[in-house]
Amino acid sequence: MAASVLVVDDEPNIVLSLEFLMRQAGHEVRVARDGDAALSAIAAQVPDLVLLDVMMPGRDGYEVCQAIRANPACARTRIVMLTARSRDVEREKGLALGADDYVTKPFSTRALVERVRALLAADRG
Amino acid sequence: MSRWTIAAVAISYLCVLFAVARWGDRRADAGRSVIANPTIYALSMAVYCTAWTFYGSVGRATANGIDFVAIYLGPTLAGVLWWHVTRKMLRISKANRITSIADFVAARYGKSPLLGGLVAVVALIVITPYIALQLKAVSASVDVLAHAGSDRGGGILGDTAFYVAALMAAFAILYGTRHIDATERHEGMVAAIAFESIVKLAAFLAVGLFVAFVMFDGPAEIFARAAADPAIAPLLGSAGASGPAGWVTLTLLSMAAILFLPRQFQVAIVENVDERHLAKASWLFPLYLLLINLFVFPIALAGLLAFPGGGVDGDLFVLALPLAAGATHVALIAFVGGLSAATSMVIVETIALATMLCNDLAMPILLRIRRLDLAGRADLTGLLAAIRRGSIVIVLSLGYLYFDLIGGSYALVSIGLLSFAAVAQLAPTILGGMYWRGATRIGALGGLAGGFAVWAYTLLVPAIARSGWIDAAFLAEGPFGVAALRPYALFGAPLGDPLTHALVWSMVANLGLFVGLSLATRPSATERIQATRFVEAFSHAEGERAHVWGGQARVTELIDLVGRFVGQERARQAFAAHARARGLNPERLERADAGVVRFAERLLAGAIGAASARVVMATAVKGGDVGLDEVMAILDEATAVIEYSRQLEQKSAALEAASAELRAANLRLRELDRLKDEFLTTVTHELRTPLTSIRSFSEILHDNADLSAGDRRAFLGIVIAESERLTRLINQVLDLAKIEAGRFDWQIAPTDLREVVTGAIAATSGIFAERRVVLDAMLDERVPPVPADRDQLMQVAINLLSNAVKFSPPEGGRVQVALRGEGAGIRLTVQDNGPGIAAEHLPLLFEKFRQFADPRSGKPQGTGLGLAICRRIVAHLGGSIVAASPPGEGARFEVFLPYARGGDLTRTPR
Repeated sequence: MAASVLVVDDEPNIVLSLEFLMRQAGHEVRVARDGDAALSAIAAQVPDLVLLDVMMPGRDGYEVCQAIRANPACARTRIVMLTARSRDVEREKGLALGADDYVTKPFSTRALVERVRALLAADRG
Repeated sequence: MSRWTIAAVAISYLCVLFAVARWGDRRADAGRSVIANPTIYALSMAVYCTAWTFYGSVGRATANGIDFVAIYLGPTLAGVLWWHVTRKMLRISKANRITSIADFVAARYGKSPLLGGLVAVVALIVITPYIALQLKAVSASVDVLAHAGSDRGGGILGDTAFYVAALMAAFAILYGTRHIDATERHEGMVAAIAFESIVKLAAFLAVGLFVAFVMFDGPAEIFARAAADPAIAPLLGSAGASGPAGWVTLTLLSMAAILFLPRQFQVAIVENVDERHLAKASWLFPLYLLLINLFVFPIALAGLLAFPGGGVDGDLFVLALPLAAGATHVALIAFVGGLSAATSMVIVETIALATMLCNDLAMPILLRIRRLDLAGRADLTGLLAAIRRGSIVIVLSLGYLYFDLIGGSYALVSIGLLSFAAVAQLAPTILGGMYWRGATRIGALGGLAGGFAVWAYTLLVPAIARSGWIDAAFLAEGPFGVAALRPYALFGAPLGDPLTHALVWSMVANLGLFVGLSLATRPSATERIQATRFVEAFSHAEGERAHVWGGQARVTELIDLVGRFVGQERARQAFAAHARARGLNPERLERADAGVVRFAERLLAGAIGAASARVVMATAVKGGDVGLDEVMAILDEATAVIEYSRQLEQKSAALEAASAELRAANLRLRELDRLKDEFLTTVTHELRTPLTSIRSFSEILHDNADLSAGDRRAFLGIVIAESERLTRLINQVLDLAKIEAGRFDWQIAPTDLREVVTGAIAATSGIFAERRVVLDAMLDERVPPVPADRDQLMQVAINLLSNAVKFSPPEGGRVQVALRGEGAGIRLTVQDNGPGIAAEHLPLLFEKFRQFADPRSGKPQGTGLGLAICRRIVAHLGGSIVAASPPGEGARFEVFLPYARGGDLTRTPR
């Protein structure tokens, strides 16, 4: 059964590439352009995994991450944070807030797809 | 008119005066003060107008024309200074319980008895002729009324001046020495003086009206007839006989007089109830001067017309004119006015001088005579009153003697000006002391001594010589025939009239010695403290910090001591009030701390002057057989401790200020650090974002050979666009860094702005079309070239245009571009119809990475460097860029470039 993936980023071209990669890997993909849109998409249907950009206008990635973790319906939802910030403290902050993985932009598409696959597989195994 | 009638009128008037004074004192005792009133205060200041004003102004006007006005112009100008200078003097005097001008000087310069004594002696020398002048005026007026000529007849007992002097002494003793403490004002005396001011003004106006409208057909007729008379006409034409230098001299002298004459100090400072009264006095008093001078010139001219040939002395026109017209009652009114002018001056001046002589001359000397053991006596109030009363008699006797022996030889005004010139010598010492912390006791002594010496040599000695007491050849040829030392032309300097000459030389000596010696000497601790208290009178709110006092005095002893001078009951009450004010229980006070000691000293100062109070306190707090000088040294040391702690306080305040500065600098540095950090983070983020898209799509293209042709094209398009974005960003960061570091390679050449703007419009036409934004271009056909870097300017224009597009509304977007010559340069305006810029963002708009989110999308667009670079480019070209955003009108950016760039165009890049 195909997993559902929510792509959250404010950069249209990055969203486009992530959407393409996830579809190609056989997932169901939905897209949100900012934090609020992401939360309402999650409320509508809980995804298996969220690809979550950190720096977004309005509600940023950390806040969205916290909101997801605070939602019991999303207990099994995996979160991969994507960021152009590369400092260790930010990575730690993301993981501390409950992210399952933390990927720095620019990323290797193959590695990203592999990480997503591994996270979803571990879930099912 | 018989002498008896005149005497009866004079005595009746003086009785009224006594009654007014008695009434004023009664009211004060009943707690309903009449002098706590700004109008009374202003009127009492009019003690400035003496018999010299009443008779002498007319006399001077007949001789010198209009220049008598300068003597009243000075005080009027000084009225402007009152709010600063006099108010400060008031503050200082109240805080230090100053009793006289001599006391003021002594207190400022370390409570120096020597200085106080010097000022007191000089004041006595200077004021005695001035008092004599009043007596002379009264005596002469009686003679005119009685048609008695110069024959006084009947020896001393037939002499009006003698009786006037005696009555004045009685008045001054009765109403000037009732209380000894300076805080007790002479309410009755002030009330009487204010009353006299009204009388003399009314009398002078009455005479003026009579002369102008009864004897003549109004002032116009007087002036017309005077102008027609060849003997008088010259008086009307000129600005006065003394010329511009004389005017300046008179104005300056009278300014000094209104501030420093002992009687002015007495009424304006010592008798002042409320410093706010100054505000009213500063316009009411000049108004008074104006009124009393209104008829001076008409009377002078009328006198010259009525008594051609100089048969009648101009000084007496005020009396002679009504007499000549047969109006004896008007002449009597004039006589009473002159009498009131003379008596008011004599009374106040005598009381002021007596206080000075007692506090600054007699007491310090008596206290230093150890054999008398004055400070040890039980009750000194009687002694003090006796000294004051004795001083009053001495002052008036001296005045009478001077009048009797020398007075006949000099015109009224000249004697007055002699005194003014001496009083002006106080100006550097007092004003310097109030505003210059560095003024020292030695400087003050030197300045005063030098100034007075020159004054005496150039004015006093010649005056005596003119009276025939010294060989008059001394004036013309100099002492021993040395021409360079002629009193009216020192060193042969051509300085105009004797007065100006004397003022210039005495001030040169005075100021030179005062400033020179002050700079050359170091002030003692007491001097430094007093200097601070005086100079910082407004900011220094009498901070009675309780310093530890090493002395032996008990509070009861101090009360006892002060009580001996001001009365026991009064002293007890004052100390109790002081203790309560400091939150202490007066019953439980035992050892006197420094605060109490200083309070006692100030109480004493109010009674016997600052310098004497110090000596008394010194003897009071001494222990055992310590000599007076040693005690003085101890007191000095105590004040030195206070001074030291004050300095420490200042130092720690300075340290605190320095460390606060350091903290602020650190904060700024940290802020800069943070900004730099933020800059790097932002740049990194901005670089990584396009890079992410490029890498992702490159990998997708690389890994998926089976992509459709459409996808392939689309993805490659994204890669190309993001690469361009990345390139632009890198270029901007580099440009900014280069411009900021001053290493940018500017290509300055005459540039056609129209061509640049057209180019920018072409370059941005793509995004305009894409966003369906309409562009209105209003470019002047021909604009002169400006010196600029074409490519950079193109960047600016493109940046502004693309910003405008970005912020245009999705529907109906419209951008207007205008280019037009304007004055010294060309203005480029780019206006959009978007949401505009919030007012709070406007000032930050041109800073690096200040990205303000598009209010619609919420997403900042662009690199955040565009406008920062624009501003730097435009600034480098000598122009300016501003943004405006009136509500509801979108945003407008205006670039102004001058035809001539400031600075060197050919400058090679660093």
